[in-house]
Amino acid sequence: MPEDTPRDPDAPQSKERRSVLLTLGIALNAVAGALVAAPIVGYLLSAAKRERMLKSLDWVSLGALDTFPEGQTRMATFKNPTTHVWDGATATIPCWVRRTAADQFQVFAVNCAHLGCPVRWFPQSALFMCPCHGGAYYADGARASGPPHTGLFKYKYKIEGGQLWIVAGMMPTPGHYWTSNDAGRKPCA
Amino acid sequence: MIRAAWGWLDQRLQVGATIHEAATHPVPSRTASWWYVFGSASMVLFALQVVTGICLALVYVPSADQAFQSLEHLNYEQPLGWYLRAMHGWGSNFMVAVVLLHMVQVVLFGAYKFPRELTWIVGVFLLLCTLGMAFTGQILRFDQDAYWGLGIGASIAGRTPVIGPQVVQVMLGGPIIAGETLTRFFALHVFVVPGALIGLLCVHLLMVIKLGINEWPMPGRLVRRKTYLAEYDALVHKDGVPFVPVAFTRDLVFGGAIVLAVMACAAYFGPFGPKGFPDPTIVDTLPRPDYFFLWLFSVASLLPPHLETPALLVGPVVGIGLLLALPFVAGEGEKSWRRRPMAVLTIVLVAVSFGTLTRLGTTAPWSPVMSAWSSAPVPAAQLQGRTALERQGALVLQAKQCRNCHELGDEGGRRGPALDDVAVRLTRDQLIRQVLQGGGNMPAYGNSLSPAETTALVAFLESCAPKGQKPARDSAEPVATSSR
Repeated sequence: MPEDTPRDPDAPQSKERRSVLLTLGIALNAVAGALVAAPIVGYLLSAAKRERMLKSLDWVSLGALDTFPEGQTRMATFKNPTTHVWDGATATIPCWVRRTAADQFQVFAVNCAHLGCPVRWFPQSALFMCPCHGGAYYADGARASGPPHTGLFKYKYKIEGGQLWIVAGMMPTPGHYWTSNDAGRKPCA
Repeated sequence: MIRAAWGWLDQRLQVGATIHEAATHPVPSRTASWWYVFGSASMVLFALQVVTGICLALVYVPSADQAFQSLEHLNYEQPLGWYLRAMHGWGSNFMVAVVLLHMVQVVLFGAYKFPRELTWIVGVFLLLCTLGMAFTGQILRFDQDAYWGLGIGASIAGRTPVIGPQVVQVMLGGPIIAGETLTRFFALHVFVVPGALIGLLCVHLLMVIKLGINEWPMPGRLVRRKTYLAEYDALVHKDGVPFVPVAFTRDLVFGGAIVLAVMACAAYFGPFGPKGFPDPTIVDTLPRPDYFFLWLFSVASLLPPHLETPALLVGPVVGIGLLLALPFVAGEGEKSWRRRPMAVLTIVLVAVSFGTLTRLGTTAPWSPVMSAWSSAPVPAAQLQGRTALERQGALVLQAKQCRNCHELGDEGGRRGPALDDVAVRLTRDQLIRQVLQGGGNMPAYGNSLSPAETTALVAFLESCAPKGQKPARDSAEPVATSSR
């Protein structure tokens, strides 16, 4: 049976044992910290993964072609390609559809190219106007005046089975995906 | 009895001595002043926000499909729900205002100087947390302003070079504003930012107690790193008073008064919103930020386009950087505002700038008035005494949304110049050119007006001159059109 004598904290063995335990303790916590941090960072940044971004994009139908009379601009709405049941009304997104010919369309995001407020179409003056900072666009989506640098964001579209389809699912903000859609916006270039 | 109970508790808690020491620590007698109450008032307001916030969280549903309904339930069905929402909303406004006042007082009194540099830096982060609470709180009030406010936030974040789209996705919790966005901002508003705020507040307070309250600045009494601590020590020993009960009384009175003021505003004005169902397909909306972000709304409207991205992305970094650098640039020397004209002028300049921008944000003259008059009858005053052609022009002006941006007879937008005296400023040819080609921030109407409409519109505009003023004329015209 070991004697219950007080240990000498200054004994060389005690000091050595303490230092080994301290090193071990720090190392163990560093490893545990890193192992905890990795999934947390991964979880937090998962929204920004390129695959997830691309997966969220898909073709959605805006309805039959004859709901968009030629020469007119009308609002259409669609359900986001990926939704949750708790998205509520935010799952349904509007866009402006301009039909220029039987098979020619322009589908604009409602989000102003300046800071994203919803632009409104005024058929009498053939202008889109933004209620926030005063941006205005012509019927073809080109910038008319105000703070926006560029024209309205455009969705890619196709006609299939008598319906108009667009690629949707991503917030229209300046960035590679949306600017590459806007090819040909400078007629003089 | 109470004394005995406290004695029992303190024997185990062992906090009585620490509390007593902190409460009675000597402070310079002049600091028992109404100028020194804003810090404690901010804290009182924060406590009020925590209590009302927890109460609201008992009922609020942080879900994009039900948040709005739960806010309506709080407003109209939950007993006193409207009042708790009102107190939380007004408490937020008061807190931002009082924190800003506290900051101004600290700058004017040189309180950020040695050895209180870190107290100031922590204070800057406390200000950022307070503004962060205000912004995320506006999002939790999940209405149309919140939805489009998120869109504006995403549009600003999306301008980040290279990783813009990724930043947007992390901010929104997905590719677009939806359910995951609201839960994300809920977590920020109730866990992350308040947690940071409480932690920073503890550090801030600890430093105030350990380093002592900044003495009343006297012109000519300079701060020197080598001698300040001894001088302060001598001051509080020679002319010091215990914080409790002497200096504390004013904090107590002001703290109580500010809570009563919040309650009075809440009772009289009621809760903020929610303003409209957050359905993005309702584009007939007028998104506006809350009061303390109106200046940003103005900045985003008034900056020249090429300056906008640098200003929105670099501006905050530079602004916060300057605040953090302040105690290192001016950590010593004069404390009294009487001898620091630059400090006073800077505060006046910043206050006037933010005040002006906020004021402009409330009227937003740059926004077209979206409730177009195209279906309303032309005001009679615009038809009287005019020719048939001019009347036709008045109709064009009414129907083509000209008045969304132009005022005429005190009615209409203010984005463009008022048209009451346009004939005095522009000749006929200039009017035609301006209407067809636009320019100077006006869209070109060449594609949406027929020649007949243009002729009529210009004829009407030519008749828009105040009594007794002659219309503008091209002085070369008589020569150019004369037969000789």
